[in-house]
Amino acid sequence: MSIFVDENTKVVYQGLTGSQGKYYGGLNKAYGTQVVAGTNPKKAGTDVDGVPVFASVADAVRETGANASCIFIPAPGVRDAVMEAAEGGVQFIVCITEGVPAHDEAWFFNKLRRDFPDVRLLGPNCPGIISPGKCNIGITAGHIAKSAVPGAKNVGIVSRSGTLTYQALYELQAQDIGVTTCVGIGGDPVPGTSFIDCLAAFEADPETHAVMMIGEIGGSAEEEAAAFIKNSMTKPVSAYIAGQTAPAGKKMGHAGAIVSGGKGTAAAKMEALAAAGVKVGANPTEAGELMVEIVRAL
Amino acid sequence: MDLFEYQGKQLFARYDIPVSPGEAVTEVEAAVAAADRVGYPVVVKAQVQVGGRGKAGGIKLAANAEECREHASNIIGMDIKGHTVNVVWIERASDIAEEYYASFTLDRAKKLHLGMLSAQGGVEIEAVAEENPDAIAKIWIDPVDGLTEAVARAWVAAANLNPAATDGAVDILLKLYNAYVDGDGDLVEINPLILTPEGKVHALDAKVSLDNNAEFRHEWAEYAATQERDDREQAAHEADLQYVGLEGSVGIIANGAGLAMSTLDVVNQAGGSPANFLDVGGGADAKKFINALTIIDNDPRVKSILINIFGGITRGEEVANGIVAALGQIDITSPIVIRLDGTNADEGRAILEPHLSEKLQMSPTMLEAAKTAVALAKR
Repeated sequence: MSIFVDENTKVVYQGLTGSQGKYYGGLNKAYGTQVVAGTNPKKAGTDVDGVPVFASVADAVRETGANASCIFIPAPGVRDAVMEAAEGGVQFIVCITEGVPAHDEAWFFNKLRRDFPDVRLLGPNCPGIISPGKCNIGITAGHIAKSAVPGAKNVGIVSRSGTLTYQALYELQAQDIGVTTCVGIGGDPVPGTSFIDCLAAFEADPETHAVMMIGEIGGSAEEEAAAFIKNSMTKPVSAYIAGQTAPAGKKMGHAGAIVSGGKGTAAAKMEALAAAGVKVGANPTEAGELMVEIVRAL
Repeated sequence: MDLFEYQGKQLFARYDIPVSPGEAVTEVEAAVAAADRVGYPVVVKAQVQVGGRGKAGGIKLAANAEECREHASNIIGMDIKGHTVNVVWIERASDIAEEYYASFTLDRAKKLHLGMLSAQGGVEIEAVAEENPDAIAKIWIDPVDGLTEAVARAWVAAANLNPAATDGAVDILLKLYNAYVDGDGDLVEINPLILTPEGKVHALDAKVSLDNNAEFRHEWAEYAATQERDDREQAAHEADLQYVGLEGSVGIIANGAGLAMSTLDVVNQAGGSPANFLDVGGGADAKKFINALTIIDNDPRVKSILINIFGGITRGEEVANGIVAALGQIDITSPIVIRLDGTNADEGRAILEPHLSEKLQMSPTMLEAAKTAVALAKR
């Protein structure tokens, strides 16, 4: 099985008519994702390569039965776009957009938590989600991911980084290991979906047998994940934390990747994860090799 | 983006937060003229984005023009922990009865805003948190609700400030929260927040860090222009590259923030030390590689360059063509090691192959590439 999305997921792309939305929406559709609609209030009634464009998410949901949205709207419009998606009736919102102000993220995270508790937001500033062979929403290259094989030992991936996630998918594919779902939770300070949300879903998914997690400096999400793994997970986990040598007080590319006041260091995260029984690699390659060892031993 | 104290105070003033009258100047005689307008006694304060200014002699009280001239001439140009003082803030000295602490920032774990208030101000809040955590009254604010006066009043009561400070503190906290939210602060901090003998509460210092992602809805050009950047960080900023200057000898270019961070990690594991963090982003535009390579090669620390690319949707041959085109247009002094993997890596490597030399090497894995780059840097 997969988590959060599957072959029945129908996606509306907010920003499908823009260059990014058109490009990645097209790739997702070519992969086999049910790309059922786009939105643009000024271009309702038109289409993008055969995908109908509606004025709003609510219209798209009503007309196409879309149950997920993918946001490629520029950062200034993301706050409104997220609320439009939730109010429009989708259950799952993937926000790819980078550069969203932290105050906007904190606001819509809490607004969703209060008014739309059943709606899941993934991102912002994330590569999206792929359940190989079923559904690919976002900017991950579908061909580097091997589908989960029924009866075999399959892996779930959850990551704060884009490129490192692609590398993990690629290395597992090279080892002929299937992936149930790969979730990019993104590199911002207030991610809509957390490590714990994904770990819990993988723990509950009968087809996922082990989980690879890729974290990075900043915040305490990895420490919280470690506590969850220790207390609530039976499936083995391997991990890598990027930024072991990053200087304090500097944002390392991602808005959330910053060590401040001695908090959020890679060392503390690696220690917490190791103490929870996670196999922690010193670099991405080693974490991948550890995952392969785990799967081979299952 | 971190602001200087004077910029923070000017921002506070726009949100009606009481601050002392003052002026920012860059020259000694301008300091004296400013002090005449502000009114003696004045405090001459070095403007640097580093703690411990007072201990370093960067904050001095002046009772008259002569003292102001002496202090300003000592402080302007002074080096404080590697930061040169270019600007001093001249401010009317305040009588202090009590010193408090107040701040707002985002609690990433709770995903709520965190307000901290303490009757123990004027010292490092980390030290208070360590030694006497109960002396800090914390509240968590849901951004959808905001901070109400009733909540602020209860919070001030919980912090055990002098009752004479209650009304002034409530007023300032409401305004500070507004400055934090409306101004898109990552952090707004007043330390010390003072109570004067006359019973007035006001901000004696201002520490403000702004969220760069919110720049589109603010007029921050002035702040951006005064950011403390070295030459290479300035060049990277102008080229719109995600760059952080470091002190080692291996220049780094990678696609993706996570991969760039992990490249620093493996260079260290290979016994070397990175000269920078640089995320060149997605795509394979030759122009981006030209900018990135030029900035890194102009850095005198750099002895070798490691390019670490993992192809996803951007294919290996596109990246290889971008790199080859870039190298055709610029001369790079330091030897380059390329690791190219992912989508169509073989096709990309085939494109690089005819260009390989002592100055341009290729390694199939990240670890091997890092080892080679480190060895070249040490040669």
